[in-house]
Amino acid sequence: MRKQKPGKRPNWGLHLALLPMAITAIVGYLATLLWSIFISFTSSKMFPNTNLVGFDQYHKLFASERWQLSLQNLALFAVVGISLCMVLGFLLAVFIDQKIRSESIFRSIFLYPYAMSFVVTGLVWQWMLNPEMGIQSAVRRLGFESFQLDWIVTQDKVMYCIILAAVWQASGLVMAILLAGLRGIDEEIWKAARLDGIPTWRVYLNIVLPMIQGAVATAFILQAIGAIKVYDAVNSMTRGGPGLASEVPAKFILDHLFQRGSIALASAASVVMLLTVVALLVPYYYINKHQAAQKNAKA
Amino acid sequence: MSNAPKNKRPTKRWTPARIGIYLFLISAAAFFLLPLYVMLVTSFKTLDDIRESSIFSLPATLTLEPWAIAWTSACTGLECTGLKVGFWNSVRIVIPSVILSILLGAINGYALAFWRSKYANLLFGVLMIGVFVPYQVIMYPLVRLLSTVGLFGSLPAIVVIHSIFGMPVMTLLFRNYYAGLPEELFKAARIDGGGFWRIFIELMLPMSTPILIVATIMQVTGIWNDYLLGLIFGGTELAPMTVQLNNIVNSTTGERAYNVNMAATILTSAIPLFIYLASGRWFVRGIASGAVKG
Repeated sequence: MRKQKPGKRPNWGLHLALLPMAITAIVGYLATLLWSIFISFTSSKMFPNTNLVGFDQYHKLFASERWQLSLQNLALFAVVGISLCMVLGFLLAVFIDQKIRSESIFRSIFLYPYAMSFVVTGLVWQWMLNPEMGIQSAVRRLGFESFQLDWIVTQDKVMYCIILAAVWQASGLVMAILLAGLRGIDEEIWKAARLDGIPTWRVYLNIVLPMIQGAVATAFILQAIGAIKVYDAVNSMTRGGPGLASEVPAKFILDHLFQRGSIALASAASVVMLLTVVALLVPYYYINKHQAAQKNAKA
Repeated sequence: MSNAPKNKRPTKRWTPARIGIYLFLISAAAFFLLPLYVMLVTSFKTLDDIRESSIFSLPATLTLEPWAIAWTSACTGLECTGLKVGFWNSVRIVIPSVILSILLGAINGYALAFWRSKYANLLFGVLMIGVFVPYQVIMYPLVRLLSTVGLFGSLPAIVVIHSIFGMPVMTLLFRNYYAGLPEELFKAARIDGGGFWRIFIELMLPMSTPILIVATIMQVTGIWNDYLLGLIFGGTELAPMTVQLNNIVNSTTGERAYNVNMAATILTSAIPLFIYLASGRWFVRGIASGAVKG
């Protein structure tokens, strides 16, 4: 560490360079965050005020049917969507890892949706799943008159359509992260497993998967944080409909901020979102630390 | 992504297992390519053709008209000037935002990696809130802040916003890169009497090419694909292409021109897709460094 000696001239170049970071961190993130937390304890409607009302907004929030629905939808989206993404991403990574031809072509095909905007993903799947013009009508034209695929206009099925779009968008990302992990595995492990005659699928599940748990955790965290923020895709695909059937927390917050003029309620909802992210990250952080400590102990 | 070493040449024997592997990969590829195929064929169909045929069928007659309409005359609400307005808005937003956010990230990363000040590390800790904080938590205060300064709805506002939201990940990216460079380089430059900025500009920046490429790819695709920030901070004057696309598709006037909508969608994705295809390996490197999309 460089110690500042007393009487030494301060390093103006360094201080000037740190100014944008200081402003962004302290004003852009810290102050705004505290402001949102403060507002969530006030009675602000259209305009912010300083009339403190304790936890009233939080009570109101959790009594709101719309918020409960958006939480249920998020839970479904996260559990089903992330599981599917992880399983499909892992399978794609494993199959690509089989020394195949044209590997780079397959890789590019699986990952390209991730380069596109979520708005685009939402629109494309909205058209594919639209009963009048999409897959349903295409199959009916083939002569299967009773074929039904109208999930996107069905209240209790619409979330699965959004999950499908999300899986299409993000499985390639999981594949890319896990494949990087697989490529880091020593060839010797495979040779040893082959000598012992263990079937390939068992090597992947019981030996390789635990070895790439770091990559799995990274992929999972990226997906989880993405899921909590999900907004663009829902907005362009269903606008939260039919009715409120595909409402999600991020959309709830934005609607209440900019259309319904319930700033305090929206701030309370955003604080709940923030706590969810923190709850996800804390265990991840400690597991990482714990593993690093273990590695150091072994070394 | 490391390329497989030479001894990993694909085997020539066609066992049932090999056939199974290819069947799985080809079916998966079909699932991923299907939406792109549908968009492409539909964008070349006439409206009559769309009504008469399945979405998977090839166009009966090829027409380029939907593309022309999408680009020059499709209606986004009240105005009927097509996507080209949004395209140039996006270009005007992306170029300064990418330059500013990368420059700030590089300076922060350099300061953190070499100029060990406690105060900088503390700021970095605070900044890391930003990697994971959902946009919605700090968006409204930022709107108020920019309104107070009188910038709201202007190009500088949206550039500043993209720089604020990009700074945590950019800083992390450059800090990790510079931390991997040999410290002796920096020490030698210090002994030669280089100051903060001189070492940064003459020594570190020229050595940063790989990470600059990764950062540029991440920021260009990320900012080009952004919808929410453009919608809220851009106002009507500066609506980026993604916002205009959404307006074109969801403007409910008369019959839905699906062919125009799909041409517009492809046009909106063209830039990020091109960058992705031209830079495959680098793109993945950016992902692995922990990019978090909002």
